[in-house]
Amino acid sequence: MILSKMNASMSLSRRRRERKAFRAESAYHATGLAIALFFLAPFAITLLASFRHGTEARLPPLPPWPVNGISLDSYRSLDTFGAGVWQHTFNSLLVSLATVALTVAVSVLAGYGFSRYRFPLKNVLFVLIIATLMIPFQSILTPLFIILARLGLNNSLFGLTLVYVTLQLPFSVFMMRNAFDAVPKEIEEAARIDGARDLKLLFRVLMPLVLPGIATVAIFAFLNAWNEFLAALVLLSSNEKYTLPVLMMAVRAGRLGAVNWGAVQAGVAVMTLPCLVVFLLLQRYYMRGLMAGAVK
Amino acid sequence: MAGSGPGKALPVRRRRRHSQWRGLLYIAPAMALVIVFFVMPVLFTGWMSLHNWPLLGSPRWIGFNNYFRMANDARFASALRFTTYYTVIVTIAIFAVAFPLAIFVEKHRRFVGAYRTIIFLPVVVGLASASLLWVWLANVDSGFIGPALRALGLVEKSPNLLATFDSAFFTIIVMVVWKIAGFTMIILLTGLQAIPSELTEAARIDGAGPWQRFRYLTLPLMRRTIALALIISVTGSILAFDQFYIMTSGGPQNRMISVVYYIFNQSFVSFNLGYGAALSIALLAILVVISVMQLRLLRVGEDRP
Repeated sequence: MILSKMNASMSLSRRRRERKAFRAESAYHATGLAIALFFLAPFAITLLASFRHGTEARLPPLPPWPVNGISLDSYRSLDTFGAGVWQHTFNSLLVSLATVALTVAVSVLAGYGFSRYRFPLKNVLFVLIIATLMIPFQSILTPLFIILARLGLNNSLFGLTLVYVTLQLPFSVFMMRNAFDAVPKEIEEAARIDGARDLKLLFRVLMPLVLPGIATVAIFAFLNAWNEFLAALVLLSSNEKYTLPVLMMAVRAGRLGAVNWGAVQAGVAVMTLPCLVVFLLLQRYYMRGLMAGAVK
Repeated sequence: MAGSGPGKALPVRRRRRHSQWRGLLYIAPAMALVIVFFVMPVLFTGWMSLHNWPLLGSPRWIGFNNYFRMANDARFASALRFTTYYTVIVTIAIFAVAFPLAIFVEKHRRFVGAYRTIIFLPVVVGLASASLLWVWLANVDSGFIGPALRALGLVEKSPNLLATFDSAFFTIIVMVVWKIAGFTMIILLTGLQAIPSELTEAARIDGAGPWQRFRYLTLPLMRRTIALALIISVTGSILAFDQFYIMTSGGPQNRMISVVYYIFNQSFVSFNLGYGAALSIALLAILVVISVMQLRLLRVGEDRP
């Protein structure tokens, strides 16, 4: 009798506790949803609005989704700016992928050199590379402009790529040196005994082991090159060379005082989607880089 | 193998010297890029700043005249003032949003990973893309914010957010917080997670309330992380350019010209390359001072964790 009463009161209090926990949980997720909405909405509104008909492009996105069927009008009008959206997307892709390839190549070699070899001035040179982080590239744009002109690389996507690679180097060399440092020396010695040396040793034996580091370096190189605006604005002078962010300035300025907002929405979609996809697919490697940079 | 006599020492030493040069060979491409595209430009900026350097025609040595001109340049002074104002406000705004977010996503609950990812999404897109996106959202006729407020009946007429200084500034702050808060949140999250849970448990058992635990436990233990997040936010904000160039083209009555924007105007619009270089040196000096302060701050954090 007493026992069953105790049981009942226990289950009552447990139920009450559960109800309280459920309420706290609901409040937590309601807040979470509101926050998520704030951070997602601008992307969602732009993407959905970019598929509206051309006649609707001027109207506010209320509701944001296409009401009168899906249309590619906004993308078509984006294509009428500059040398066409394909050309500028191609420019952006070319610069970004070339930046990735060169950054990886240069920083793997340098990371390996700094990790495994001893040579004069080693620490001074390493600090010199890292110290460039302290100097904002915004303050050296003018001489960069002139140096590139002297090298015959003004208004050239290759020149812009070289600048981007240089900007990536402090982070990338640091990442790759740490990646090589983390590889046990025994593996290398075993490979040496098997006759692998230098570049062969680096590419056949060590590369697979530092692949996560390479992925991190590559993602940051891609995103930074794809998104960079000021250097591209200053260093590229002819229309057909523009990367996407520079092209968008023409779209933003509009024609005859009227801005084609449909083209702006389409342009934002083209510029942001690759970043979001790359990040979502390779999030793990991105966060590793962020932590390495933050803990530094 | 074990008997390494005096005869064997020589080839070993030769190989080591050989490998010394090989090490330099590996880092040569990186060094070449850093020297050509970083060290040389920095030195060149200093050299240019002592010249009257037009885009075409030959530069003329004028000593420190560019620096004297800078000292009396009212527009540069107002650019400095505006940049400082922006840096202070945006940093406060970012922290006011990012700190609660970090605490919010620290708990181990369902979907917390999804919340973190979503909040972080705007960080990976470009500042230029984000500015373009928001300039559309804030547009008076074709945008989202104003028309939506009107549709909800909160305002009678859709406000032109980018027309006055205060509302344009506020819009830019909201855009930057949306774009950057996720980054600061992750940095602060690493600091929060580094606090041993036994400590907070002990404080809870001792009867410390949530605010007391935050004020006397969390904040002091996170000093290093906070300093780091602060420095990243401050240096980033001092270099702000894209948002003002894209969203307001320098703002109502040219009141939103940041320092980098002013350098850009002097160098690449008016083509006063020499004066632009002198302004760059000033910017560089400001940033180096902040970097040195950063190192000291972080060291202070290490001494007294």
